[in-house]
Amino acid sequence: MIRPYGDTMGDGKVQLSFSLPVAAGAHGIECAREIARQMGLPDPAVVDCEPMGEGFSHYVVYGMVPYGVEPDAIRVRDVDTPVMSMEEIEQLIADKLGRDIVFVGASTGSDAHTVGIDAIMNMKGFAGHYGLERYKHVRAYNMGSQVPNEAFIKKAREVNADVLLVSQTVTQKDVHLHNLVELVELLEAEKMRDQVILVCGGARITHELAKELGYDAGFGPKKYAEDVASFAVQELIRRKEQAGG
Amino acid sequence: MHRMNKLDLDQARIAQCRGYAARIAGGVQSYIDRHTTVTVERTVLRLCGVDGVDRFDVPVPNLMVDEVRQGGDLSRGVSIYLAAALKATGMDLPALSAAVAGGRATLLGHPLPDADEARAILQPLLDASFERILKNRADREQYLDRFGRREPEIYVIVATGNIHEDVVQAQAAAAAGADVIAVIRSTGQSLLDYVPYGATTEGFGGTYATQENFRIMRRALDQTSEQLGRYIKLVNYASGLCMPEIAAMGALERLDMMLNDSMYGIIFRDINMRRTFVDQYFSRSLNAVAGITINTGEDNYLTTADAVENAHTVLASQFINEAFALTAGLPARQMGLGHAFEIDPMVENGFLYEIAQAQMAREIFPEAPLKYMPPTKHSTGNIFHTQAQDTLFNTAVMMTGQSIHLLAMMTEAIHTPFLSDRHLAIKNARMVQTTMRSIADEIQYAPGGIVQQRAQAVLAHAQELLSTIAQGSLFEALEQGVFAEVKRSQDGGKGAEGVVQKHADYLNPAMEKIEEVRRHDQTLR
Repeated sequence: MIRPYGDTMGDGKVQLSFSLPVAAGAHGIECAREIARQMGLPDPAVVDCEPMGEGFSHYVVYGMVPYGVEPDAIRVRDVDTPVMSMEEIEQLIADKLGRDIVFVGASTGSDAHTVGIDAIMNMKGFAGHYGLERYKHVRAYNMGSQVPNEAFIKKAREVNADVLLVSQTVTQKDVHLHNLVELVELLEAEKMRDQVILVCGGARITHELAKELGYDAGFGPKKYAEDVASFAVQELIRRKEQAGG
Repeated sequence: MHRMNKLDLDQARIAQCRGYAARIAGGVQSYIDRHTTVTVERTVLRLCGVDGVDRFDVPVPNLMVDEVRQGGDLSRGVSIYLAAALKATGMDLPALSAAVAGGRATLLGHPLPDADEARAILQPLLDASFERILKNRADREQYLDRFGRREPEIYVIVATGNIHEDVVQAQAAAAAGADVIAVIRSTGQSLLDYVPYGATTEGFGGTYATQENFRIMRRALDQTSEQLGRYIKLVNYASGLCMPEIAAMGALERLDMMLNDSMYGIIFRDINMRRTFVDQYFSRSLNAVAGITINTGEDNYLTTADAVENAHTVLASQFINEAFALTAGLPARQMGLGHAFEIDPMVENGFLYEIAQAQMAREIFPEAPLKYMPPTKHSTGNIFHTQAQDTLFNTAVMMTGQSIHLLAMMTEAIHTPFLSDRHLAIKNARMVQTTMRSIADEIQYAPGGIVQQRAQAVLAHAQELLSTIAQGSLFEALEQGVFAEVKRSQDGGKGAEGVVQKHADYLNPAMEKIEEVRRHDQTLR
């Protein structure tokens, strides 16, 4: 059984911060403490309370979680194909597929951020990890941000895409989920869902979530082009071999 | 202010850059002068007082311009048709607008007056709008004289989608110390070829820019300004397919700043380049007479391309934006040239390169209220790390005397800011501003050191780029993908069909009015 670790094994220490729509002061502090108690922290300490404009206040709270988890009982669905280097991926495409692989990527729907899709696709890549544009045997089309799902699908058809990459960086009121689901529905309506490998990524994306939404894989923070390409290429090979025999 | 040469920059080289930029913008201007667009014409109508929507929510300016485009000759300008309809129907402007919205009147089928008669008919309508615009300008100056001017100005964003909720957040941010409030637009508005109408309460990732929303927020911030004894500035976006129309609305409702870049729409929204160039000229001409400070978008280059390698494209674009702004009559004090703090914080001496870039912009554009954008690209979900990086950014603001300080949020890359994110960001910025108030005056850079060398290299590189562009044209440079590594074709992109070559008898009395005010302003300067 494990609990959050502050400075002693099993102490259960957590830190929280939140705002309340009440004025700062003794009354606000007691409101904050009560919120923390209802969250299951028996004896919370409100260590900071600041006024934040008229009728709002901000709190920093420490508490001890009385609950724990059994780590061995926790299962995570994560992408389980091995991660390879750029050179290994290039070699694998040449050996097993013998043709160029086409990736189409975009930050779809309302999201104006290109940071995520650029990190995966641009030549330069991100944090020392080259992007897909640099890969041999890969043709990468980066459509940028605010791409409507319809336009995305049209492009995918036009260039005969093998892999579709959808990025959702910043979200408000979970609009990214509706957008991701809509893409799956549109692909199904167009009878294209089975013909592509569909991958999503972004700060709030997990593989688990992606599978739930009907994607083949999902990549969260600190995943790079080689993570995405390793999965996509091995999955393409698997599908090819399955179809072939 | 800010006259200095801490970086030992080659002044002759700076002058050469300006020369190239003037040549580049001049080459485009000859195209601009020969063309109009649907949104330019709609702006003329709006400045004559045309407003409202039909029962399908289509704005009346769109109805009128589309009518002329289909059944008349838009190359002569919409003004002559408006004047003809006013004369023939005997209606006043509000009555005519309502009748067109209701399908009971049209701009077509009336005998066209000659240019002088059309001018005389529209003159009182335009005079009323420009009186209002100039009064707004005077009111702003009065507020600033009464409450004082601040630098750097703390600039924050609200983006709830609901204008009434935006008001709550904006007033809270102002009370916490924000000087400038930008209402982020609903996503995708830049690609609408019309401006939505009325107060709006739903949007995606932002709130629709409408004239009524502008009015609601301006009224609220005026109240807040009086309460706080500080003038709170309001910002929106004169960008996208309706650049000049939104500039007109901002001028009429006393916005103080407008995002307005001569090339952003082309590069990042795939808007046709001819359309954008014509639109930016009219919108900037309006911003100029309205006393509105434009904010240019060079920061965007660094979010898509590498900030170390592409620093010179930011400087080159600043020179080009400056040249276009000068052509449109914008004085330097209204040029919020943009740049950003986007170098990977783990690059060795990256902070020194940031300082070099920011100080260089400060020295090359001494009168411009530079707009400095915070780190976003290397902000992760680790809010503690992001807050630390944001403090470095705030430090760079103070070390290099930046003017418009767009606040960094520790939850960048996670969600649109919570009330508390904004509060903590303002607190951080105010702490840095206070503790480092005069640090810029105390700093000199080591002769031949990293900072000086970096700035000199970026300037030299920008000069090469400008020289190359000047040998061809800006149209060609954009086709080749010089900026942000994005290539755009001259005929491609959105809104290309809305560009119209002017007839020899083209008439635009609103532009004539702008030019009259501009001449008057220039004699005062």
